[in-house]
Amino acid sequence: MNLRTLVWRELSERPSAMLTSTLAILLGVTALVAIRHVTVFSEREVGQQLQSLGANVLVLPKAATLQDYYSADLTSQTLPESHVSSILLANLPGVERLSPKLCVAAKVGDRAVTLTGILPQSEFQAKAVWQSVSLFSNKHDGCKKAACGPKTYDGAPEALATERTIDQLKGNEAIIGADVAEFSKLKPGKSVEVLGESLQVLAVLPRTGTVDDGRVFAHLHTVQRMTNAGEVVNAIEVMGCCEDAAGGLVPSLTALLPDAKVVTISQVVSTQVGINRLMSQMSLFVLSILVIVGGASVASTISSNVRERRREVGTLMALGATPGLVTRMFLFKALALGLVGGIGGCALGLVVAMLLGSQWAGVTVTPLPDLLLIAIAAALAVTTLAAYWPARSAARLDPCSCFSDV
Amino acid sequence: MFHLQGITKIYRKRSQEVIAFRTDLLDIAKGEYVAVVGPSGSGKTTLLSLLGGMLSPDSGQVMFDGQSLYDLPLNTRTKLRRDRIGFVFQTFNLVPYLSALENVQIPLYLAGIAPAEQRDRAVALLEQVGLANRLDHKPCELSTGQQQRVALARTLANNPLLILADEPTGNLDPESREAILSMFDGFIRDGRTIVMVTHDPAAAARASRRLRLIDGSLDASDSISDAA
Repeated sequence: MNLRTLVWRELSERPSAMLTSTLAILLGVTALVAIRHVTVFSEREVGQQLQSLGANVLVLPKAATLQDYYSADLTSQTLPESHVSSILLANLPGVERLSPKLCVAAKVGDRAVTLTGILPQSEFQAKAVWQSVSLFSNKHDGCKKAACGPKTYDGAPEALATERTIDQLKGNEAIIGADVAEFSKLKPGKSVEVLGESLQVLAVLPRTGTVDDGRVFAHLHTVQRMTNAGEVVNAIEVMGCCEDAAGGLVPSLTALLPDAKVVTISQVVSTQVGINRLMSQMSLFVLSILVIVGGASVASTISSNVRERRREVGTLMALGATPGLVTRMFLFKALALGLVGGIGGCALGLVVAMLLGSQWAGVTVTPLPDLLLIAIAAALAVTTLAAYWPARSAARLDPCSCFSDV
Repeated sequence: MFHLQGITKIYRKRSQEVIAFRTDLLDIAKGEYVAVVGPSGSGKTTLLSLLGGMLSPDSGQVMFDGQSLYDLPLNTRTKLRRDRIGFVFQTFNLVPYLSALENVQIPLYLAGIAPAEQRDRAVALLEQVGLANRLDHKPCELSTGQQQRVALARTLANNPLLILADEPTGNLDPESREAILSMFDGFIRDGRTIVMVTHDPAAAARASRRLRLIDGSLDASDSISDAA
């Protein structure tokens, strides 16, 4: 017999009495953990996008709506492909590369994929020679980059995942996303059947966690031909040399292409930044709910437990239990509730965040140990503080209550 | 063992005062078997609480083995109660969610005894009261007589010199009542002191001394000592 046995026996014998307060703690921790996990990963995602895509500008059809950079080209609206030439001919300062895209829904086997037409960089070089223009050589004012203009990119086709452009891609070749490769069991060198045409797999992209994992990339002109779309694109990605260039490119591109919408990554993620801010505030609100509702519920449960156990406490005191031990007994009970609620809430919150993270914020959530420990500590702190006064009142109970009448 | 001098205990409720117990002098010697009788509300349980160190008097002194009980710090008084006083209750006051064995282990745990030794001693005590085959039974799975025997085993756990019993036979059938009173006789033979509050004249008759309480005061004419 020890304190743990004494408390555990009661809790295991009558779990329903403690269920309500455990549930209040559990739900509070669940909400806190779920919201914070999604927020943290969403903030990381935004930060990553700003860092890797900060220099990029998107040219989109005027009517296009935009929520996610990676899926910006998934729109039914189109732009004339001639805009690509317009940008190239304008030789705007700070532009390093262009990547026009055309997307259509397609199937590989039974699975839906996005067939995306892209234009390899070799086509621009050919176009530049053909049109007698210098390719992306115009440095913008105050550019701090040592060398502007077309740099030597990683020639491997897999670099498309990070560089967002590719140097070489033939008309009968395709590059497939990680998900497509997984479900269709395709490898480089094999053929993939899309829209009734066979394309040779040039490479499989590494997993990115974005919509790119479900794409089949092919030459832009091949996709235009396969879909009879004509010389159009859904979006033109303009890669600037640096973030300073991106800011300066927006007014130039807007003036050059008045029928198009020109946005920077900062504008794309501004909604997500707002949502993240809201979720951060929401998590503070949930924390206050956890403290108020969870704390009140635990205080009420322990208070009624003290009232119910009045005679039992009196008996323990008659048998030699000190007030300190009686206090510890009720605090231990509250700690057990906090631990169950905290651990259960963390597990449930994590499951919710992992399941809904991609839907809420388009992010993949993995456990954050520090956050989980903080959530459990918060649950324990709330329950202990809430139970302190009822536990103290138990310690002040009249030991004579052990007798049947006074 | 006990020397009570000038004791008054008053209960106050809604500006009304009720004298629950009053005595100018009361001595209880070591090894005495004292029955406290009297009508309901006469102060029997108040006397028991005063003797048990659980209810401080409004005036006077309760001397226990030469120490003023209520001049001791609360924790010292609790320790003294744990080590030297055993309680027997009318409704047994067993912890309902603990087994018979665990109920007997409680005072041993409170005395800081290691779990293995707690178990050995509790098993021996339950064997002593004839419940060796009921170790893992919860109170609700035992008859009232068996529950009182578990309570007695718990009372004896720390080998107390003084037993304070509040209507120990009040809820028992005649057979169980006789068994409990026989055990009390045994405790007296072992040299322990018993102060027993009872309504049962037959139980009171087993005591060596009877104190009658009326309206909180001892009726001296009814204080009979068989020993004397």
